[in-house]
Amino acid sequence: MIWLDFLSQPAGFDIGETGGWLFEASQPLWQAMLVGLSNTLRVSLPSLVLALVLGTVVGLGRLSPEPVPRRLAGLFVNTFRNVPLLVQLLLWYFLLIEWLPAPNEAMHLLPGVWLSKGGLAFPWWDAALGAWSMPSQEGFNVQGGASLTPEFLAVAVALSTYTAAFVAEIVRSAVSSVPVSLIEAAQTLGATRAQVRWRVLLPQAWRAAMPPMSNQVLNLIKNSSLAVAVGYPDLVSVGNTALNQTGRVMECIGLMMLTYLTLSWTVSAVMNLLGRQSRLAASA
Amino acid sequence: MRNSAKRVNVSRCIQAARLLVLPLFITLTSLQAQAGTVLDGVKQRGMLRCGVSTGVVGFSAPETATRWKGLDVEVCRAVAAAVLGDPDKVNYTPLNAQQRFAALQSGQIDLLSRNTSWTLTRDASLGFHFVAVTYFDGQGFLVPKKLKVTSARQLKGAQVCAQAGTTTEKNLADYARRHQLNIKPVVFDTFEAAFKAFFSGRCQAYTTDASGLASVRNKEAPNPDDYLILPETISKEPLGPMVKRGDDEWLAVVKWSVFALLEAEELGLTQANIEARKADTDPAIQRFVGGSDDMGKLLGLDKLWAVRIIKATGNYGEIFERHVGQGSPLKLPRGLNKLWTQGGLMYPPPIR
Repeated sequence: MIWLDFLSQPAGFDIGETGGWLFEASQPLWQAMLVGLSNTLRVSLPSLVLALVLGTVVGLGRLSPEPVPRRLAGLFVNTFRNVPLLVQLLLWYFLLIEWLPAPNEAMHLLPGVWLSKGGLAFPWWDAALGAWSMPSQEGFNVQGGASLTPEFLAVAVALSTYTAAFVAEIVRSAVSSVPVSLIEAAQTLGATRAQVRWRVLLPQAWRAAMPPMSNQVLNLIKNSSLAVAVGYPDLVSVGNTALNQTGRVMECIGLMMLTYLTLSWTVSAVMNLLGRQSRLAASA
Repeated sequence: MRNSAKRVNVSRCIQAARLLVLPLFITLTSLQAQAGTVLDGVKQRGMLRCGVSTGVVGFSAPETATRWKGLDVEVCRAVAAAVLGDPDKVNYTPLNAQQRFAALQSGQIDLLSRNTSWTLTRDASLGFHFVAVTYFDGQGFLVPKKLKVTSARQLKGAQVCAQAGTTTEKNLADYARRHQLNIKPVVFDTFEAAFKAFFSGRCQAYTTDASGLASVRNKEAPNPDDYLILPETISKEPLGPMVKRGDDEWLAVVKWSVFALLEAEELGLTQANIEARKADTDPAIQRFVGGSDDMGKLLGLDKLWAVRIIKATGNYGEIFERHVGQGSPLKLPRGLNKLWTQGGLMYPPPIR
C-alpha cells in the first residue's frame, strides 16, 4: 500500500524502553511501531490480571457480612472509580519519582534488586550469555538485568487499581443477581456449601458478569493510551513521534486506530467465546 | 455452500476496511485541493487565528485569558497590525507539538508561530511554507550541577527527558549514536511533564532548544543556580512561523511583516521614534513608511502597513530584548540573532 510506504524509512529516534526488543534509531519505522504495540501489550496484560484479581477480592469484600472489609472495599471502589484516570496516573507517577532515591543512590532491596528513580531492576536470564544477568550500579544508572521503569510502574498501578474498582462492582452485582431462591433450593436439596458456591452461585454469576467484564477489558487496553502523559513509550507515544517526524498525520492516526480496533475485536471475540462456553456449561 | 459463505465474509471485511480507510483519503485529498485566499478570510473575520505553544516563556506564553506575550506572539501581532490595523485582533490557539501541523493543515489557524524548526521534511512534505527565521536556535542539555557533568560527552548511559513530537528526539538519537553514548530518552507528550519529571530527578539531563532550556531553568527550576546548561549545541534549529501552501499572497504578507521588523531595526526605526522619523528624507525610510512608494499595495495592504507593525510591536531588536534578551528574565544573548551588520545572521531582503 502506497500510503504506508513511509513506514519503511529509518525511524531516526530511539525508544527509551523496548521490553527486551533490540531497537535502534536506524531500524525502520514499522519496527518502532511494533515496539510501541508491544509496550502497550506489555503494560496492559499484567495490569489486566492485577485488575481482575484485585477487583474480585474487593468485590467479594463488598459482599462480606463483616463491616470492616465491607467498608474498606467500599472506600476503595469509591476512591478509584470517581477520580479521572489521567489524574490518578499523574499522581502515581509524580509520587514515584519524587519519593524514590536517585539512581546513583538506588535502594538495594534484595541481592540484585535495586529500586530508584531509574526504576525497579532485577536479575534476568540472559539467553545470549546463558547465564543470569545481575544488575549493578554503574555510572549514573543501575545497569544489567531487566528493569521496570517508573513510567511502567505508574501506568500499571493506575490502570489496575482504576479498572479493579469497576471489576469489583461487576463482581458484586453479578453475585447479587443470582436469586436467593435458587440458593435456598439447592440447600433444600441437600447441596453442601461448596456445591452451592461452585455449582450454583458461580456459574450464574459468571454468566451475568461476562458482558460488562468484556467492556472493562476493552477499556483497560484503550486507557493504556494515556501512558503517553507520563512518558511511557506505548503505541500512541511512538505513533505521535512517528507522526511528527514524518508529518503523515492521517496515516499515523489511521494506523493507530486500526491497531486498537484490531486489538479490541480480538479481545471481544475471545470474550464472546468464553461467554458462550459459560452458557453451555450452565445449561448442561 | 460453506465456501461461498466464506467468500461473502471476506468481501464484507474488505468493504468494512474500505469504509474505514476512505474517509482518511477524502480528508487528505480535500486538504490538498482546498485553496482560498487566507488574507480575505482574515479581513472578513476581522480576526487573525494564530497557533502558538501551550506556554514557552519568552516565545509564547499566556498573560491573561486572551492576551499572550513572547517573541512568537509578536509575529502574530505584527501580521494583525499590518492586515487588520490592530495588533490585538488575534485569536490564539495553544497547540502542543503533535497538534500544531494538523491545525495548520486543516485550516483551523491562519498562521503557526510556535517555535517550530525549519527542516527539509517539514518544508517539503507537510504542505506548508516556512516563512522566515525569527530565531536561530540550537539544541542543548540542562543538567543538575551536583551531577558534576561539564560536557554532553559525559552523558554516557544517561536517561534524558524530552518532549514528544519534536525534532529533539531525532537530534538526540543522532548525537548519541555519533558519540556512542547509549542515551535512553524518556519522552513526554507535554513540555510541562518533561521538565517536571526532570526537576524531580527522573532523568540525569533535560534536552530541548537552548532558548527553551534558559526559559525552563529560569522560570521552572526550584533553584536555577543548581542547574547548568552544557556548552554543546548539538543541532541547528532555525525557528520561524509557517503558513499553509496554496496561498502565495498570504505567504508574502506574513513574510514581509517579519522582514519589516528586521528592516526597521536596520533603519533605526523604533516603536518610539517611527512617527517622528516619517519625515526623514532617507529614501529607504520613505519607502518603509509609505511616504514615496506604496509598498503595501503590492501585498494587498495599504501604504501604512509597516508603520502600524512597528508602532504595535517595535522592531526586531526591541522585541528580542523585551521578551528573551536583557529586558526579560531569560537574559539570552543576541548571538546569531544579531543583524548581519553586527555580525549576526538576520538579513532582511530590501523593502523596495
